[in-house]
Amino acid sequence: MPSNQAAQPHVGLFATCLMNVFRPNIGLATVTLLERAGCRVSAPSGQTCCGQPAYSAGDDDAACALARQLIAQFEPYDYVVAPSGSCMGTVHKYPEMLKDDPEWGPRARALAAKSYELFSFLTEVRKVEIDASYQGTVTYHDSCSGLRQLGIKTQPRELLSGVSGLAVSEMDDAEVCCGFGGSFCVKYPAISEKMVDDKIRSIEESGADTLLGGDLGCLMNMAGRLRRKGSRVRVWHAAEVLAGATDGAAIGEEKQS
Amino acid sequence: MSVYEGTFKSRSDEALHNPSLQKALRNFKPLFVAKRADAVAALEGFEQLRETAAAIKDAVLDNLDEWLERYASAVEAAGGHVHFASDAEEARTIILDICKKADAKTICKGKSMVSEEIGLNEELEAAGYKVVETDLGEYIIQLAHEPPSHIIAPAIHKTREQVADLFEANHPGRPREDTVAGLVGEARTVLREKFFQSDVGITGGNFLIAETGTSVIVTNEGNGDLTQTLSRVHIVTSGIERVLPTLDDLSVFLRLLARSATGQDTECYTTLSTGPRRPGDPDGPEEYHVVLVDNGRSKMLGGKFREMLRCIRCGACMNHCPVYGAVGGHAYGWVYPGPMGSILTPLFNGLAEHYDLPNACTLNGRCQSVCPVKIPLTELIRTLRSEQVKAGLMPASQRRMMGVWGWVARNPGLYHALERFGSRLLRARAGKSGSIAGLPGAGAWTSVRDIPAPDGPTFLETFKAMRGEK
Repeated sequence: MPSNQAAQPHVGLFATCLMNVFRPNIGLATVTLLERAGCRVSAPSGQTCCGQPAYSAGDDDAACALARQLIAQFEPYDYVVAPSGSCMGTVHKYPEMLKDDPEWGPRARALAAKSYELFSFLTEVRKVEIDASYQGTVTYHDSCSGLRQLGIKTQPRELLSGVSGLAVSEMDDAEVCCGFGGSFCVKYPAISEKMVDDKIRSIEESGADTLLGGDLGCLMNMAGRLRRKGSRVRVWHAAEVLAGATDGAAIGEEKQS
Repeated sequence: MSVYEGTFKSRSDEALHNPSLQKALRNFKPLFVAKRADAVAALEGFEQLRETAAAIKDAVLDNLDEWLERYASAVEAAGGHVHFASDAEEARTIILDICKKADAKTICKGKSMVSEEIGLNEELEAAGYKVVETDLGEYIIQLAHEPPSHIIAPAIHKTREQVADLFEANHPGRPREDTVAGLVGEARTVLREKFFQSDVGITGGNFLIAETGTSVIVTNEGNGDLTQTLSRVHIVTSGIERVLPTLDDLSVFLRLLARSATGQDTECYTTLSTGPRRPGDPDGPEEYHVVLVDNGRSKMLGGKFREMLRCIRCGACMNHCPVYGAVGGHAYGWVYPGPMGSILTPLFNGLAEHYDLPNACTLNGRCQSVCPVKIPLTELIRTLRSEQVKAGLMPASQRRMMGVWGWVARNPGLYHALERFGSRLLRARAGKSGSIAGLPGAGAWTSVRDIPAPDGPTFLETFKAMRGEK
């Protein structure tokens, strides 16, 4: 770890709701990676949700209230980083959401300018030395929000190329939605089922034994469906693999001990 | 129309359980996507073309009334007639009137989504005219008495076997054909006779050129050309938003349209028509009419959905939409399916009546990434949801849940306490199994998939403990 505390950028870690509850291991892996990249990491306790569920549902007032809350919580940091393209995509929509607000509009723009999805931060802002090994063949699902709102595509693959023992086998239609879509998957379960089954077919046809991605919502949808179908494919957030945090059970997997 | 009965949910459930539709969708899906990708990759500067096209459209929409006037005068100068129709009924009346004055008996039609939009065929048939769709896909669904399920491939939901059955039942005295080539040949032979009997030919208008008064159609079958040149009277039906200033502008759109729609560099036929037959012309109609349909478009001009008026009806959004790919076009309940339909249908026919359409979308953004005129489809769909919320249309149960959640999320202490509680509950329920197959209140999730259980106490409490913070 770098000795010079002052030269270390101070990163506010945005602990997204799903990660905070369902997969804290991703958060811990994120801390490991950020510290290896020479950052000081804090996770402000006044943070909650980015407001995406409200924004996507068309409840603009609730979404903007949560946006202002998040901005206020994270303004003090040099950078804001989240291990999710979807939640970070929402932070990048704040300037548009608050554009007519003379006070919060500029604050939203300033925050968005220093806010990064984890893999883009680790490739574009701070170089990280990847010190991890993973025995297996992985296939990578490009989650839609990260891909199309933030351009997350090459970054995780570039980082994964540094993991020893790891082979990559790309699936067909890696850029096609898995059927999660937030509340979509519970409002239209039958359509979501068809979409996730198409995705699972692509995963299995890739021959990979492991599915990776960068957004927990999508990963939970695919892992949950893989479990339901009795598949042996293991599911991790790529941050867990990059940080070497794969000793425990994968997402949805039975605990070993 | 029977395929539109029920709700979006009942229609999509039916679609998901319809084996022949699922087979048709499986066959079609990879086709258009891969072809478009190849065609786009082969043309340098495609992205720039999209920008240019969007800018041309926006500039036209800024002064649409003026461009329409210039277009109308150019049409009149070439000897044609322009009719403005404020809604579907007025458009149908105008067209019926033209057919009546022409003493028509048989009417041939090229593919026109506007004529589907205004429900023209039923009206013409009720008035006693023999109406023949001449686009192969439209001809198939006309025989099946169904509306289109895709805007450029209207019979995409039909398998080859179903088409063979339809032809066998409707073409008495002809042997059954079972190959694609055989079926196309059969349709060509049958349709060829119709063109010669046609009194009025009705086509759509992909583009209308203001400087010359020209209407432009693109087809792959040449049926549009026969429809409009062999009939005594040619009627173009088009939305008011389809006007472009110049032929130079047209060239931008022609390079985008076929690549986006079918992955072709260009369609087989691009036909420009300006006015009726002139003295000395070897062929062409005696009369040339353009019916410009508003039907809700001018209302969109000044509002939040104005960018939707850039649409050139290529179908790329639905070709790339995974929801469309799962349920097909009829589930959407009107002539425009997929992402563009999820916006147009509620705007034209009611936010409440079509509540599901903007909601049955994962906001994945693939549609807008391929839209040739860069319509922000995902954001427009989200804005429609926002309009629905403002109109009080969100179901009460969901509104209450959102209200409670939104309030709790603004109280971090409470939010985190509930998250810790939920985490403990889920972990206890899962035990060592790592996932949960069923949970009261989570039936919609667990009907399809397990719930992966938390792998430990919440991140925020773990992190705080690690740092020795209070």
